[in-house]
Amino acid sequence: MEPEQSASACCPRTTEPLVSSCGCSTGAPRTEEIETATSTITFANRLDHALARWKWRRSDHRVRPGLYRLGSPTAESPVFASANYTLSFDAVRSALAGIDAWILVLDTKGINVWCAAGKGTFGTDELVRRIESAGLASVVRHRSIIVPQLGAPGISSLEVARRSGFAVEYGPVRARDLPEYLRTRTATPAMRRVEFPIADRLVLAPVELVAALPMFLAAIVLWFLAGPIAALAAVSAVLAGTVLFPVLLPFIPTRDFSTKGLLLGLVVALPFAFSFAATPGLPGWAAVLAAVAALLLVPAVVSYLALNFTGSSTFTSRTGVRKEIFRYVPVMAVMAVTGALAGLALGAGRLAGVL
Amino acid sequence: MFDSYSETSLRYDAGRCVDCGRCTQVCPHAVFAEGPGRVELARPSACMECGACARNCPVEAITVQSGVGCAWAMISAALRGKDMDTECSCGGDDGTCCG
Repeated sequence: MEPEQSASACCPRTTEPLVSSCGCSTGAPRTEEIETATSTITFANRLDHALARWKWRRSDHRVRPGLYRLGSPTAESPVFASANYTLSFDAVRSALAGIDAWILVLDTKGINVWCAAGKGTFGTDELVRRIESAGLASVVRHRSIIVPQLGAPGISSLEVARRSGFAVEYGPVRARDLPEYLRTRTATPAMRRVEFPIADRLVLAPVELVAALPMFLAAIVLWFLAGPIAALAAVSAVLAGTVLFPVLLPFIPTRDFSTKGLLLGLVVALPFAFSFAATPGLPGWAAVLAAVAALLLVPAVVSYLALNFTGSSTFTSRTGVRKEIFRYVPVMAVMAVTGALAGLALGAGRLAGVL
Repeated sequence: MFDSYSETSLRYDAGRCVDCGRCTQVCPHAVFAEGPGRVELARPSACMECGACARNCPVEAITVQSGVGCAWAMISAALRGKDMDTECSCGGDDGTCCG
C-alpha cells in the first residue's frame, strides 16, 4: 500500500481535516445532513449563471458539498457525483427532472468537473472522502456511483473501488444525456465525445473579453496619441481575438491557434492599413509606416489572444500548446515591437513638426 | 506545417491490454477504439493529454504526460521563472480545462 494511505486502512488521509468523524465505509453512521435539491432552475439560478459567465465574483458560484436528495430517492436509487460549481450542479439536477436520485457534490472549490478533474480536486481522494462523510454506504444498498465522464482525468476507478467499495460508472459527458443514459445504462459514442459547437464557444466570449479589459485602456490611450481610427483598430483587434476568433475557430485555415489568429488579424488589419495609407496630406514614408504598424500590431494582438484561447478549447494538448508557444510567441513579439517602433516613429515625426 | 498538435506524449502498449474497454469510455475524443481482442489506438493525434485513460487503465498499458493545454498559464509560469509543465494557475471557466 502506498504510504499516504497507510495512516488508516479505512480512513484515507486527505489534504483538509475532516469535520465529521471518518468511519469505515461499510455501515458507518451518517454524520452529515442530507440536503434537498429540486430540478427547478429559478430566476436567481439563471442570474447566477449569467454572472458566472461574465466572471463576476468568479469563486462565489458554489453549492455546499455533500449529499443531496432529488425527488424521493430510495436505497435503490442511482447516485450521481457532481462538482460544487453552480453551473455543474444545476445542469445535473435540472437534467434529472422527474427522476428520484442522490447527488453527491464534491468540493471542487467552485470549479466545474472537467477543470477540477484536471487539477485533481475532482479526484479520487475527494470522492472517497465524500462517500464516507455522507455515509453513502448506509444510504443506498447498491454499491455504484455514476461519475461524469469528464471527471475521469481526476478519478482512478480502481482506487475508488478499493478504498470505498463503490464501483465507478462513467456516465455521459453532458448532463442532458443522463435520462437516456439511465434508461439504457450505456453511453453511446456520441454521448462520450466532447464537441465544441458554436454555442459552447460563444458562451466563453464574455470571460475572454473581461480578461482582455486592460487592452481597452490601451485603446483609450491610443485615441489621444494617434486618433480615433487607431483606437478603433485596437478595439477591433481585441474584439476579433476574444469574440470573432471563438466564433470562426473551425473555419479559419491551419490547425495552430496562433496562425489562425495571425490570419484573422491580418484580415482585420487590412481596412485600417488602407485607411491609414490613404490619409490625405500624409507623406509617402509616413503612409507606409502607418500601414505597416497596423499590419504588424493587429495580427500580433489577435494571434496572442487566439493562442490564449487554447485553454478554453476542448481539444488542445499541452505538448501542442507548448510547441505553439515556442514557435509563435517570438514571432508575435517581433511583430509587436516592430509595429510599435513604426508607430513611435510616426509620433516622433508629428512632434518634430514634419507631419 | 502550422500543426503543433500532430504528436503527443500518449504511449499505448497494446501487449498489456486486457480489453476492459475503460479507455474507450473515458476518452472524450475517441482516441481509442474497440478492436479484435484488444483496444486499438484509432486517433492518436486527437489526444489532448487529459490523462483519463492512463488513470483508469487497470494494467498500466497507457502512459501520457497529462496536463492542461493552457497557453496563458504556461506563458505566465515561464515569465515568472517557474516550470511551464507543472504550473497551471488559469482563472478558467466552464468549458476550459484550466480551473
